[in-house]
Amino acid sequence: MIVETSETMPVTTSEDVVRVRQKVRAQAVALGFSLVDQTKIVTAASEIARNTLVHGGGGKMDVDTLKQGGRVGLRLVFCDHGPGIADVSRAMVDGFSTAGGLGLGLSGAKRLSNEFEVNSTPGQGTTVTLIRWK
Amino acid sequence: MEQIPILKIGDTLLVSIQVDMHDRLALALQDDLTAKIVETRARGVMIDISALEIVDSFIGRMLNNIAAMSRILDAVTVVVGMRPAVAITLVELGLSLTGVKTALNVDKGLALIRQLIDGEEGPLDRRDE
Amino acid sequence: MAKAEAVIPQLMDKYHAQVLKEWMEKVSVAGKAAGAPAENLTDLGTRFFAALRQGIGSGEFEDITGLVWAPTREVLAELSRSNAVRGSTPAQTAMFVFSLKSPLFNLLGREIKDADRLAREVWTATLLLDKLGLYTVEIFQKNREEVITRQQEEMLELSTPVVKLWDGILALPLIGTLDSARTQVVMENLLQNIVSSGAEIAIIDITGVPTVDTLVAQHLLKTVSAARLMGADCIISGIRPQIAQTIVHLGVELDVMTKATMADAFALALRRTGKTVADRAMAKAEKKQPTAPAEE
Repeated sequence: MIVETSETMPVTTSEDVVRVRQKVRAQAVALGFSLVDQTKIVTAASEIARNTLVHGGGGKMDVDTLKQGGRVGLRLVFCDHGPGIADVSRAMVDGFSTAGGLGLGLSGAKRLSNEFEVNSTPGQGTTVTLIRWK
Repeated sequence: MEQIPILKIGDTLLVSIQVDMHDRLALALQDDLTAKIVETRARGVMIDISALEIVDSFIGRMLNNIAAMSRILDAVTVVVGMRPAVAITLVELGLSLTGVKTALNVDKGLALIRQLIDGEEGPLDRRDE
Repeated sequence: MAKAEAVIPQLMDKYHAQVLKEWMEKVSVAGKAAGAPAENLTDLGTRFFAALRQGIGSGEFEDITGLVWAPTREVLAELSRSNAVRGSTPAQTAMFVFSLKSPLFNLLGREIKDADRLAREVWTATLLLDKLGLYTVEIFQKNREEVITRQQEEMLELSTPVVKLWDGILALPLIGTLDSARTQVVMENLLQNIVSSGAEIAIIDITGVPTVDTLVAQHLLKTVSAARLMGADCIISGIRPQIAQTIVHLGVELDVMTKATMADAFALALRRTGKTVADRAMAKAEKKQPTAPAEE
């Protein structure tokens, strides 16, 4: 797998979340994703970006365009150094919510992605990686 | 801070969301709308989302909240203009808009509000014919 | 060995004109037989040869994916693409490169007297040209696949039209086997039609679909959910006993209106949109004698 391009954006304010949506949309359009697929990945990005901001205390997102054996993909990596998630599998259950917020974020974003991974260490932070292939 | 304009048409409030809202703006809209319902004694609220390319769980929750608060204030809420890509994504996301009625466009939305306020059931009544 | 002992580049520098001439003769003969436009081939040939010399000059004979071979790959990709669209065979495209072997080997044979040396140089050259030839075949196949995919999509759009049955009522008669990809495209198309026509009811008729598996059933239900979110509704018609059994066995919950035939679905749709169908003669009679008892 080749990473063709990579960009980083801060996710520290709610305006950043809007910029994240716009950036991911632009990249998805550039890669030729269908309208529905664009909508899916931008929505997933919005969910995770918000998590990063609200629950992770802010962080950053890397946007990578991937090439693997003839197919192209868009990878988003959200990283924060917040409190982390103690029980990832529980957090991934639909509707589970702490502090009145997470709810559908993680599980929903997973359903909207082709590949999805959460790595979290309580006290250190969380990294969420999601990929959508064209 | 910018505000989303709320119009009044008879006893219905109309909101047309034209921008990609950041979270604070969405919360402000929720508050503004609730205040206006009380202030104008509106019986109907129509939210036009035809310009929205994305509806994520936050916006979805906002719509649900607006509908719930409206109901308590004796008003009905109708969301109109949802784009197909948004609808498909919401279904995949697993978000259900409870308590929110929907219509294809502003005209149908106003008609639906009329029917609901005037006591008749809307055309999309799911009971068996 | 990765780099030749700098002999091929030197020889090419010295005798390139002759090699080019011999090769172009072969190419144009083959091209004429295949019906390819002559000027096009000459232009491609000259550009390919120039790029090839550049690549050879670098001394890199094994790895053709690098920057120094990029111009060569570009010309070959261009050739493959136009051939793929025109319907030539991959062999014809590859021969463009392979026919260079003969003049090149002739040159090597003339100029290199040491047998071992000659064998090594020929081997290096053949490896290179084989790789370039195979590259054209790869690009060719990729392009053919893209053409076929595009044609399939066009056929898909034609074969699943959305029709308007009445004001506010659409119908989507599905025919044939539904696979996941096709179902998604078809459903997106239906939702788009609902928006553009302002139809509140869409009838999805699956009479012409032999089997419905879980995935397709899920897609259908997701479409119904999406339509409802948008402010419309769907009726699924044409559910045959076997399909009903499959769905129940698969444990899929059907929270959607269903009817056995499209006619029943249409009748339901009319009722729900507040319409009724009246017999004209009777309606006329009613008009003339409004007090006459209504006949059922």
